[in-house]
Amino acid sequence: MEITTGWYLVLGALLFVIGGTGLLIRRNPLVMLMCVELMLNGVNLSFVAFARQLDDIGGQTVVFFVLVVAAAEVVVGLGLVVAILRRQPGTTADDLSVLKG
Amino acid sequence: MVDTVVFIVAAAICLTGALGVILARNPVHSALMLVMTLFGIAVQFVAQEAHFLAAVQVIVYAGAIVVLFLFVIMLLGVDRAQNLELSVLPVQKWAALVFAGGSFAVLALLIIVVKEPVTGAEAMGGSATGDENVRLLARSLFSDYVYAFELTSLLLVIAVIGAVVLARKPKNASDVVTEEGSEA
Repeated sequence: MEITTGWYLVLGALLFVIGGTGLLIRRNPLVMLMCVELMLNGVNLSFVAFARQLDDIGGQTVVFFVLVVAAAEVVVGLGLVVAILRRQPGTTADDLSVLKG
Repeated sequence: MVDTVVFIVAAAICLTGALGVILARNPVHSALMLVMTLFGIAVQFVAQEAHFLAAVQVIVYAGAIVVLFLFVIMLLGVDRAQNLELSVLPVQKWAALVFAGGSFAVLALLIIVVKEPVTGAEAMGGSATGDENVRLLARSLFSDYVYAFELTSLLLVIAVIGAVVLARKPKNASDVVTEEGSEA
């Protein structure tokens, strides 16, 4: 069985969907951030698969930028989580609905 | 043949880890399962000859980001089990199932139907494969994408400053309410 680009794309799609599902069913903000990482990794896998199929290094360059943005996102997201949980320990994402004003 | 075995094993590792992330009750277990997924992805990168990205994946993701997660989990002491059944919105689970099924169906359909997902655009950056992966990536990064690269440094500085501002203890501790009633 030959492993074509489609197999990598299906795996990336599965990771993306699993991450999105986790984002919807989990209420712990930390786990939700991890689910976002899963989604980003699914997309990264697709980018690398297309970079090989199209024989273009640009896809891998985009993955590099996604890594940087993911790192920045995690830093700010965890800063927010720390700030929120320090004020109210045990806060879940549902409790944060008070922010809607 | 080897490619097939590597793909199947690494894909199984990825999917097991991903399911572990969303199903583990304990956030620490979720973080460790995330490491498993990231290693699986790194193997897939190597299999597609993206050697530099595989190294960065392990160093940055598994080495830095997951450690940051674990640090925050330990710092806040939220490493206790969470009951998955206690959602305020009971419809949320069904919405999640519909989202999962629907979006995967759409993506799979697109992947199957679109046999030739090429836009017709010429490859700009040259070959991505071979031993010159790092050199090609560097050339692409520092020529075509040099402004974007510089902007990412700005982004990282902003993120660091934002994290410091957010995580700083508030000056007037009177509005801080903790379980013990003392200041945080």
